[in-house]
Amino acid sequence: MFICDLNQDLNSSHQRYSKAKTLSSGLWKSFLNLKSFLFSYFSFRMIYTKPQILKRSDVLMMTPWFAPIVWEGTYNSEILNEQFRQRNVTVGLTVFAIKKYVVFLKTFLETAETYFMVGHRVNYYIFTDRPEEVPKVALKEGRNVVVLQVQNYPRWQEISMRRMEMLSYFSQQRFINEVSYLVCVDVDMKFNDQVGVEILSDLFGTLHPGFYTAERRSFTYEHRPASQAYVPSDEGDFYYAGGFFGGTVTEVYKLTKKCHEAIMVDKANGIEAIWQEESHLNKYFLYHKPTKILSPEYLWDDNLGRPEILKKRRFLAVPKNHAAIRNK
Amino acid sequence: FHLQEDIFREKNTTFFIQLSLMDKLLHNCPKEGHLHLILKSLMLANDREGISGPLDPSLIQRTDVLLVSPWLAPIVWEGTFNRDILNAQYRQKNFVVGVATFAVKKYVRFIEGFLGSANKFFLSGHRVNFYLFTDHPEKVPSINLAPEKRLFIIPVQNYSRWQDISMNRMDIISNHIHSHWRYEVDYLYSMDIDVQMFEHIGVEIIDTLVGTISSWQYTKPRDSNSYERHPESRAAIPHGEGDFYYAASFYGGSVSEVYKLTTACFKGVTEDRANGIEAKWHEESHLNKYLLYHKPTRLLSPEYYWDEELIRPRIIRVKRLSSVRKDLQEVRF
Repeated sequence: MFICDLNQDLNSSHQRYSKAKTLSSGLWKSFLNLKSFLFSYFSFRMIYTKPQILKRSDVLMMTPWFAPIVWEGTYNSEILNEQFRQRNVTVGLTVFAIKKYVVFLKTFLETAETYFMVGHRVNYYIFTDRPEEVPKVALKEGRNVVVLQVQNYPRWQEISMRRMEMLSYFSQQRFINEVSYLVCVDVDMKFNDQVGVEILSDLFGTLHPGFYTAERRSFTYEHRPASQAYVPSDEGDFYYAGGFFGGTVTEVYKLTKKCHEAIMVDKANGIEAIWQEESHLNKYFLYHKPTKILSPEYLWDDNLGRPEILKKRRFLAVPKNHAAIRNK
Repeated sequence: FHLQEDIFREKNTTFFIQLSLMDKLLHNCPKEGHLHLILKSLMLANDREGISGPLDPSLIQRTDVLLVSPWLAPIVWEGTFNRDILNAQYRQKNFVVGVATFAVKKYVRFIEGFLGSANKFFLSGHRVNFYLFTDHPEKVPSINLAPEKRLFIIPVQNYSRWQDISMNRMDIISNHIHSHWRYEVDYLYSMDIDVQMFEHIGVEIIDTLVGTISSWQYTKPRDSNSYERHPESRAAIPHGEGDFYYAASFYGGSVSEVYKLTTACFKGVTEDRANGIEAKWHEESHLNKYLLYHKPTRLLSPEYYWDEELIRPRIIRVKRLSSVRKDLQEVRF
């Protein structure tokens, strides 16, 4: 057992906890065997500074169905990192770089190396029609790039919506065997601050940065009953962003499969939802509520300014010329 | 908002309470502006089962208490959840919940009150198996239970020391999970028998590993005296460590998690006995050590186990379950 005096600051506690970590990771491999479980229970300690009374009283911290809403100041990274390290979790980050969107990959990957799930195992799954244009980026230990070649489509809306199909296919075929969690994001973005294991849960969505203060009637749900993505005007919890969602592989598979099927039904009926797969995602989250919700810190556009409520801007839109990039 | 004004008024007149609560649970008053906007945007969904209408005002976020632990486990307080949404999610899964409770020696007198109130208020409308361990099965009163509730009376031996009766519960629970309950129930809760329920306790308690924050301890800082501190005991928590103090009167979770918990705690009890030491608060000390290193996925506020000796402060809006007034000297010996 390590003896430790906790009247010290965060930096030295990190050193002690990484010592505890190396002792623990071997022990936790034999987790299923109760005898070694009991042995590890008695030798392992988690050492961290006392959790501060996390004082966010300016924001909603939890939904009425007990899904925490993740804002800076509501969680303790040390505890969460230790919990996920014990489980030796691998996280898959999926991103689509079709046609000219390959140009965003370099910044995306470089910033992900700095800020995304640092210290944990990560597989980057890059869906592209131009595999030769995927840049080589130096990766830290425990992190891999997997390039998945897929077809493109003429219209950008189609490309966007087909992501659901591709995710559901590959979840079942591959991801289920390789990672515990999937994080599905847009590529025309860069990481700007920590995005870590605090986001992981069975099923999570992100509050759209344009709507987190809006009234329900302003949410841009699909309001035409003819579409599978239809949400009646007196229903709806939040407006979720299509650019950042995830969960366990099983849950992401169920979500993407449902959304893809709904998109195909709409297609057969000659209708396209107002915000493409984002509309279908919102419908799904209304009737299959997420177990965790990320604040707009996790998907922000600086064009929206810097409100006081936003203590961190972790994942930012990269400026782009829509006309030049789309459909090319 | 009503809620904000009350807090402002309370802050000025009850400063000493604020100081003691501050360490664990009391937030500062919310700023205007964003809270207001976000709350207005939170309109609850209708489920297919059909709950419509605008936001229920009682679900405006509470800012007087901590709602989420530092490891993002929800803390269950009145006014923070919508049981209709939770029921809709739960019913799809067809779970069975087990409750293990012990009525040994004089404690048989509490059975009627426990079962009568649990029948009415505990997971009302959902399937529950009550496993009642007693050394006097003939003294169990007959009670008409609701159709989805079942009672199993299991004979058990008593011990001369009440502390041993209390601590051995862990062993008995662990054995029964292993032999029967893992086939019979999905979730298992251990509850003291000397309690009564006054308000609904519903599916908000269902999660993988659930602990209840002690009603005696929720204001105390980490250096509180209640943890076992002697390093010789297996339940020892060193100074400077600890999140919350959990009550052994009500804990639970999935069958596999409770199995691991009770097995580990009883191992600690056994090793302590072999070394001639007994933890300060018996199996509760071991429980606290376990939950420090295996953090609960959901915490219940002191609403879920309130000690009748204590005056109920304002932050406890509802007393769902509380201990029955009794003379400890008389009933234990």
